[in-house]
Amino acid sequence: MTENIHTLDTRGLSCPLPILKTKKAISALASGEVLEIKATDPGSVKDLDSFCQQTGNQMIASESIEDGFFFRIRKA
Amino acid sequence: MSSAAPVSELSNEQMNQWFDQRFAEKMAEREANHIPSMTIIATKGTLDMAYPPFILASTGAALGWDVSIFFTFYGLNLLKQNLDLKVSPLGNPAMPMKLPEGPTWIKGKEIPMPNSIMTLVPGFENMATGMMKKTMDQKGIARIDQLRELCIEAEVKLIACQMTVDLFDYGKEDFIPEIEEWVGAASFLPRASKADVNLFI
Repeated sequence: MTENIHTLDTRGLSCPLPILKTKKAISALASGEVLEIKATDPGSVKDLDSFCQQTGNQMIASESIEDGFFFRIRKA
Repeated sequence: MSSAAPVSELSNEQMNQWFDQRFAEKMAEREANHIPSMTIIATKGTLDMAYPPFILASTGAALGWDVSIFFTFYGLNLLKQNLDLKVSPLGNPAMPMKLPEGPTWIKGKEIPMPNSIMTLVPGFENMATGMMKKTMDQKGIARIDQLRELCIEAEVKLIACQMTVDLFDYGKEDFIPEIEEWVGAASFLPRASKADVNLFI
């Protein structure tokens, strides 16, 4: 693995906490670093997409997993 | 169009083309550099009505927006040091009650609350508040004090209405120190006039 992967678990949290926690976690990263997020809030799928569009960060993976949703975002 | 041609030799059509292109570029540049802003007027002091301003403000801030909330009348309760917010099912007829305990089929049932019962039963408001807080906690919804803290961290500007403090004889020491300013409508409106999103809650 060449890059440092950061993780964030927002399972069990409802809107808007997954977004707020993602924003906080992303702020701490350097440009180009990747954040992996787990969530159970079904709204987070569209909300994190919108978050990336607004903030210029790049959504590189958004998928359903066994216990919720999984996202990978690269910091702009 | 050739950039070397002197302006005097350009046809009207070429001039228009040049202008349209330049205008589109400038507008796109402006759009790209624009930081969206939102102003919210929070006028309610019950637990259920405390959520919309703080949720929208903290989310806006997370999206990189410039956000201010103007707290007026009962909305000022949301800035108290000691948050003791209650839901008022009275006069809130669309509000169904849900039991926080029991099997899923019971928890999913919506129980309508006739106003006549609510006014007769002592402590009804406290019970309804307790039920709502418990349900919210189970669903992983943030507490109001958490959301308020997140707003402060994200530099949402909290603006308090001076007139309300005078009206209700509140002491400023009852409120959180993070309040940016105590002003009136005339100070808030110019800020609101520049915002992309204005909400009255």
